[in-house]
Amino acid sequence: MSFPLLTVTAAVPALGAVATAAVPAAKRAAAKWVALGFSLATLVLAAIVLVSFDPDGAHFQLTESHPWIKDFGVRYELGVDGIAVALIALTALLIPFIILAGWHDADPLEEASPNRRWRPTQGFFALILMVEAMVVISFEATDVFLFYIFFEAMLIPMYFLIGGFGDRAGGRSEEESATQRSYAAVKFLLYNLAGGLIMLAAVVGLYVVTADDLGTGTFSLQQITDARAAGTLDFATSTERLLFLGFFFAFAVKAPLWPLHTWLPNAMGEATSPVAVLITAVVDKVGTFAMLRFCLQLFPEASKWATPVIMVLALISIIYGALLAIGQRDIKRLIAYASISHFGFIILGIFAMTTQGQGGATLYMVNHGISTAALMLVAGFLITRRGSRLIADYGGVQKVAPVLAGTFLIGGLATLSLPGLAPFISEFLVLVGTFSRYPALGIIATVGIVLAALYVLVLYQRTMTGPVKAEVRGMPDLKVRELVVVAPLIALLIFLGVYPKPLTDIVNPAVDHTLSVVDKKDPKPDHPVTDAGWFSYSPMHDRASGGAK
Amino acid sequence: MNPVNYLYLAALLFTIGAAGVLIRRNAIVLFMCVELMLNACNLAFVTFSRMHGNLDGQIIAFFTMVVAAAEVVVGLAIIVSVFRARHSASVDDASLMKL
Amino acid sequence: MENLIGLLVAAPLLGAALLLCGGRRLDGKGHLLGTALALASFVIGAVLFADMLGRDEHDRALHSHLFSWIPVGGFRADVAFQLDQLSMTFVLLITGVGSLIHIYSIGYMEHDERRRRFFGYLNLFLAAMLLLVLADNYLLLYVGWEGVGLASYLLIGFWQHKPSAATAAKKAFIVNRVGDVGLSIAIMLMFTTFGTFAFAPVLSNATDASEGKLTAIGLMLLLAACGKSAQVPLQSWLGDAMEGPTPVSALIHAATMVTAGVYLITRSGAIFNNAPDAQTAVVTVGAVTLLFGAIVGCAKDDIKKALAGSTMSQIGYMILAAGLGPIGYVFAIMHLVTHGFFKAGLFLGAGSVMHGMNDEVDMRKYGGLRKYMPVTFVTFGLGYLAIIGFPGLSGFWSKDKIIEAAFAKGGTEGWILGGAALLGAAITAYYMTRVMLLTFFGEKRWVPDEQGNEPHPHESPKSMTIPMIVLAFGSVFAGGLFSLNDAFLKWLEPVTSHSHGHSPLSAATVTAGTMVVLLIGVAIAWVQYGRRPVPSTAPRGSLLTRAARRDLLQDDFNHVVLVKPGEYLTRGLVYVDHKLVDGVVNGTAASVGGLSGRLRKLQNGYARTYAVSMFGGTAVLIAATLLMRAV
Repeated sequence: MSFPLLTVTAAVPALGAVATAAVPAAKRAAAKWVALGFSLATLVLAAIVLVSFDPDGAHFQLTESHPWIKDFGVRYELGVDGIAVALIALTALLIPFIILAGWHDADPLEEASPNRRWRPTQGFFALILMVEAMVVISFEATDVFLFYIFFEAMLIPMYFLIGGFGDRAGGRSEEESATQRSYAAVKFLLYNLAGGLIMLAAVVGLYVVTADDLGTGTFSLQQITDARAAGTLDFATSTERLLFLGFFFAFAVKAPLWPLHTWLPNAMGEATSPVAVLITAVVDKVGTFAMLRFCLQLFPEASKWATPVIMVLALISIIYGALLAIGQRDIKRLIAYASISHFGFIILGIFAMTTQGQGGATLYMVNHGISTAALMLVAGFLITRRGSRLIADYGGVQKVAPVLAGTFLIGGLATLSLPGLAPFISEFLVLVGTFSRYPALGIIATVGIVLAALYVLVLYQRTMTGPVKAEVRGMPDLKVRELVVVAPLIALLIFLGVYPKPLTDIVNPAVDHTLSVVDKKDPKPDHPVTDAGWFSYSPMHDRASGGAK
Repeated sequence: MNPVNYLYLAALLFTIGAAGVLIRRNAIVLFMCVELMLNACNLAFVTFSRMHGNLDGQIIAFFTMVVAAAEVVVGLAIIVSVFRARHSASVDDASLMKL
Repeated sequence: MENLIGLLVAAPLLGAALLLCGGRRLDGKGHLLGTALALASFVIGAVLFADMLGRDEHDRALHSHLFSWIPVGGFRADVAFQLDQLSMTFVLLITGVGSLIHIYSIGYMEHDERRRRFFGYLNLFLAAMLLLVLADNYLLLYVGWEGVGLASYLLIGFWQHKPSAATAAKKAFIVNRVGDVGLSIAIMLMFTTFGTFAFAPVLSNATDASEGKLTAIGLMLLLAACGKSAQVPLQSWLGDAMEGPTPVSALIHAATMVTAGVYLITRSGAIFNNAPDAQTAVVTVGAVTLLFGAIVGCAKDDIKKALAGSTMSQIGYMILAAGLGPIGYVFAIMHLVTHGFFKAGLFLGAGSVMHGMNDEVDMRKYGGLRKYMPVTFVTFGLGYLAIIGFPGLSGFWSKDKIIEAAFAKGGTEGWILGGAALLGAAITAYYMTRVMLLTFFGEKRWVPDEQGNEPHPHESPKSMTIPMIVLAFGSVFAGGLFSLNDAFLKWLEPVTSHSHGHSPLSAATVTAGTMVVLLIGVAIAWVQYGRRPVPSTAPRGSLLTRAARRDLLQDDFNHVVLVKPGEYLTRGLVYVDHKLVDGVVNGTAASVGGLSGRLRKLQNGYARTYAVSMFGGTAVLIAATLLMRAV
């Protein structure tokens, strides 16, 4: 038996969580290093996964398969395609930065009683690693039931991270922020739980349907798609649609898609910024990822049936999220609404059902993770310094803390998809992919880029430029730890913006596979240019061949 | 004698026990009523065993006795500690867990 | 040689990276590094130019494919450069004028503590602009397109502590984004039509596509051009952009970046040639803007804003020429280059004046400066003569050709366009004479500022005057040199193609007409500002003057039509999101809470109540079982 690389990749952060939680109360500082160490080990493992993945090889690679609950046909089945590999890499990459950025977020308020039994520091970092483990295994699981368990279990550590470690800097009383925090945490939990329970019903339904058709019920994605291709499994149209809706609802809550989005601004606003990054850049990606992997591949016909409605909802998300971002007064809520807009793009790309759309959506997941992390973490550094989340409390930061302002601007420019930075590529691909099938939707979505410029630049202008406000004076610039967090993210944004080929090479075959399962082909151009040798052309020849009348 | 008569007796005992549980307030009496219900069941089990000519009923009767013994141990301990704390064995006084 | 093309972009990009990431270590020498790299880029450009001249005119284009950028399915974008005569013209203009302005900025920004960053931004701009003109496909052009937008944003807002500068920067970026929507859609249309968006395959196969598609692409490209080149209706940002340091106004908002729209249209000639409706739109935009900018330029008292109006107007000429098709492309580019010289020179002159006048920009507070700053006066004066089209100077050669080409369009359209162009020439002569008179002639009108500092006008240092002198040479001789033997036409023709058209008027008639309107314009300005003393506060003026001072109400229009409704919309949506979308959810939660509050009453704490419900439940279950059995 080969080395169970995927299991180990998910197990290491889980072990790390246990180890971090086990650090004695008196040595809370050590817990941070333990957590960082484990997250870096996971990063190394993810890198090994990335390297050992062969883009031209089988669809699912590094597979592991063991029977788990035999009576119900549940198997412990892991496997990764290009999309999963990219997202595992993203997750493993972001967690060390999240831990570093949140280095002091869970320090006890008063150092007077370091030995008390309550251990928030250990808990904070252990929970982050726990989330990482569950997210990673969700990306790896190819058994629907296995996926479902971790998809739901993720809520538990997230609930505690949001409710237990909220932002101290709110400009409000401790009591009021505690109320807001628990409201946000409960809202997060209920929304996602509701989605999850509906999905559970669909998961059970899936078992019943497969048991009917195949004799033995199964949750294995591979088996189901194979059986569908072979014709041995045939969903009734209405059954397929219902099951699809059950799955999609859960993922749409997680993603979040308008109008199921309102938990996100609350959760991101109340959580500390590293946790907010964890929510939007890591956990939410499971939702969009699962749409690609489960919704489309399990229920291709129903996906096509639901496409028009979903496309419209995604479009509403884009415009609505951006407009609301413009109207926000709170920096973190603004970024949350911007994320809603971006998730709209991702879902638009997925359901455009074109190579560019889905490839772009996958890249978008990765790029949005990095860019939002950069913007949100810098915003977090800013908020910690001043102790307020309100945009109006800032002004002229650029003058006192130029590096902070500069990194904030780059994060913002990435958010508005400036060409040259990574998000541009994914956004443009999504737009092209959408446009080539639904021109009108593509054009409306393009308006989103103007709105994005508006909310980012208004935010930058109000916080960073203008006369220096009294409370901002004397604000220190980024510290070394904070630079270590931000600089690599920015470098990555630039690198992936200039040379995204390593990523597209991995993602493309997976997208082609998904589209072949759905049985959709890219629309052909009206007048394809057949000229093969256009790399080495000379404009004069073209001119001679009749460019001008 | 017709074994059905034993069943009537068991039903009667069970009803008396149930009525006691519903009506009485003293925890000890309540407890005794529960025992009465359990023993009524035991009687029914043994009767069935006799009627069907196998040992299943008798085996279950033993189980019931073990459960009853365990229940007495835990239940009495609770009643005693409640009595110590509140100087009352009335179950109506112990209604603090409602909101 | 091909490899040098990459270096052309890489040199300033390296400068930007070093200067922006280098930290305070580079504060002392940063400006020299930035200037050296700009010059390096110019030298490389010159080498490539020499090489290009050495080759046969039909074999001059170079192509350099660096790497595959975004390969996803049928969507292939490459990082590849293409250097033909058109790009070469731009490369020389950008790096040449760019280097001069780097040198000028050494002096101009001497006392600014953030000078290193200024040079970093300038280098970033050069790199992006070179990328824009060297790209071999529209998507890479888009990168440069937004790159110059970013540099422009950073440089307009360079003095960020001024809220007006920060606002102007934001406005410029956002208005440009509207144009970018056009470019995005154009690229998408190309992709769905041709399956590619590289110049060569799209342009050489443009005739395959239907006219409707080409018109759509053309209109979208025009929208993009309007944004970048400040053409009506996306012109409103250019005046505000004058908040940036003057060298920026000279380089970005006069000589190079704002002309990118002209480049885009000229480059996409094959599309426009086959889409007459799109061409009509282009010439309309050009004609309207050339008058619009000129009228605004007449009313402004801020020297930079007057020049900005003029820039808008001159670019209107170029767009007009580009919209004329093969008759006009060459002259659009020629005017672009000569304009690059004289307008950069004029802006640098304005900067020099401001430098000597404590950053005063109000021309009504200048007057008689020719005695105090002779070099500035002479160079500015030469630029002035060039822009109004004084015979023999650069502007004469290029503008005259455009007016001629406009008439050559033929039909009523030709007469209207030609008339507009002639009228524009008259207004140009008027407002430029006004600027000249207000600034350098008449009595001195400056007064001490609030702190009581009286300006002491003085000539600027050598690092500033030398670039001005070089640009003045360009303003005087470039046009003549280009027209000698039709050199410029022959140079560009292989790329843009050229046809003469049939002008209803002879060339001599047009020239004569131009001279007449020019004289009229100068004369009116002389009567108004030269003969009698100028009040140092502006008179109320006619309705048109007041409207023109407010940029012909463009901002008011945008405010009423876009900004206000937008504000209401976002505010309304915030309310809706909170009350309605969230309200539905919270309402559900509240009703569940209410229900459970009622149900809670059942939990009264009495053990016997629970026991009754247990017995009752059991009884019901047994009864149900028995019933089922009975049935």
